[in-house]
Amino acid sequence: MDFAILQYQFMQNAILAGLCGGVTCSIVGVFVVTMHLSFIGVCIAHAAFAGALLGVWLGFNPLIGALLFSLTSAGIIGPMADRGELDPDTSIGIVFSLMLGLAFLFMGLMPGSRTEALNLFWGSILTVSHQDLVFLGIVTVIVIGLVAIFYKEIQAVICHRQVALAVGIPATLIFYGLLFTTGLTVTASLRSIGGLLIYSLILNPAAAAYQLTYSLKRMLLIASAFGVISCWVGLAASYFMDIPSGASIVITSCIIFGLATAFSPKRKVKRWQQAQLSG
Amino acid sequence: MDDVVISIKDAVVSYREDVALQGVSLEVHRGEFVGVIGPNGAGKTTLLTVINGLGKLVQGQALALGLSVNGGNGINLRRRIGYVAQVENIDPRLPINVRETVMVGYYGRLGLFRRPTPAQWENVDRVLDMVGIAHLSHRPIGHLSGGEYQRAAIARAIVQQPEIFLLDEPTASIDERAQWEILDLIQLIHREYHMTTLFVTHDLRQLPSICQRLILMKEGRIWQQGDPESMLDKEILSQLYGVPISVPTEIARS
Repeated sequence: MDFAILQYQFMQNAILAGLCGGVTCSIVGVFVVTMHLSFIGVCIAHAAFAGALLGVWLGFNPLIGALLFSLTSAGIIGPMADRGELDPDTSIGIVFSLMLGLAFLFMGLMPGSRTEALNLFWGSILTVSHQDLVFLGIVTVIVIGLVAIFYKEIQAVICHRQVALAVGIPATLIFYGLLFTTGLTVTASLRSIGGLLIYSLILNPAAAAYQLTYSLKRMLLIASAFGVISCWVGLAASYFMDIPSGASIVITSCIIFGLATAFSPKRKVKRWQQAQLSG
Repeated sequence: MDDVVISIKDAVVSYREDVALQGVSLEVHRGEFVGVIGPNGAGKTTLLTVINGLGKLVQGQALALGLSVNGGNGINLRRRIGYVAQVENIDPRLPINVRETVMVGYYGRLGLFRRPTPAQWENVDRVLDMVGIAHLSHRPIGHLSGGEYQRAAIARAIVQQPEIFLLDEPTASIDERAQWEILDLIQLIHREYHMTTLFVTHDLRQLPSICQRLILMKEGRIWQQGDPESMLDKEILSQLYGVPISVPTEIARS
């Protein structure tokens, strides 16, 4: 196997993008998986994709469109789910379908070649630019910093949101902050992973880590490691097997999830519960 | 000195078209232990949420610890009010253990940017010992039985050092033995800390004997109130619940 490829700038950028994207996506994944709100990740990812397409269509920076749309969708979903007027799944589903509709609308209205739009759809970690990498790096530092500063509030909100509210933690603010952080992460990872596949990188490493530990700190570390491994193994597979990078990253993360579930010590708990119920 | 810690006047709360509280007025004094009973849908839980600022008043006013619950005092107020709800379904895989769950009681008072100190962790261990689940402190919270989970919830409320303690059906959905143990614990805590306590239940057998006043709620109103001896009357209770009720021979042991 020839590793001379590692000397090339594009490959170094891709490795760094995998490191940052893997860590940030997995961290926000831990939030949404623990809160059982996985579909929020799917919805925000599609919102970012729609916003980026608007940018491509109208000729401004797609990342600005992605940021606006993902943060706006996070800002709509939170209150809609909280007010209880609609079931959270219903409200997220409505925003999701709107974003998907807008994405296809913008793509349909786009004149000429749709190469850039398709790149946003599939992502291309091998062609990530220096500017995108800097943005992703900044978002990574922000996400890790926020988790370090607000760890105790985040733990309380994602594990016991109603209790957090009752003891005087600004639980609603923290919850919306987590949604906005998800939006920011999706935006920053959009070019490298792609709007269609990014939610897999949010969900799969976190869901795999959820099978393996009862400690939130360990879950964050394991999920981050799985996220980075998914990106790097997927990247290598993409390069050596000449397959789309976004797809290989996501398939790797799915395999990791499958293995984690198969060897999960928590399966014993499920069996224990079933025995209790039948006994 | 005015020792009224909860003062509610003509409170109306509605959820869309349903009116949950209809003109409720109530005063509770410092250190008092008040029982609130009534059939399902009587507005008992809503009354508690008005006190801790989570229930929004459509009309009327409510003061708790001298602060209006309607203004922007919600978070400050809730830091000083302990709340224990009935056992909830909890994901057994949740990444948080009993000790960490109890520590959440400190977080409101600690505020943002501050971490718990070793002394606070030691206090959590002391309280876990007091409620009888020190041996479970490192167990995932989702692996506890209903009774153990309620002990952890009560420990969290004690750690919070509240001035008002709200208990919303804390013995519902747990087995008979655990119910008595939880009631004993609640009475022990009241004797130890003298917190102003409101205890909601629909089950008359779960009424602690330490209860000094009994509020009977029906259809969103305070229907009657008085000392437990006069309120625990066959006629009154049968009218309250709309079915013939026999007065329990024994309410929770003291």
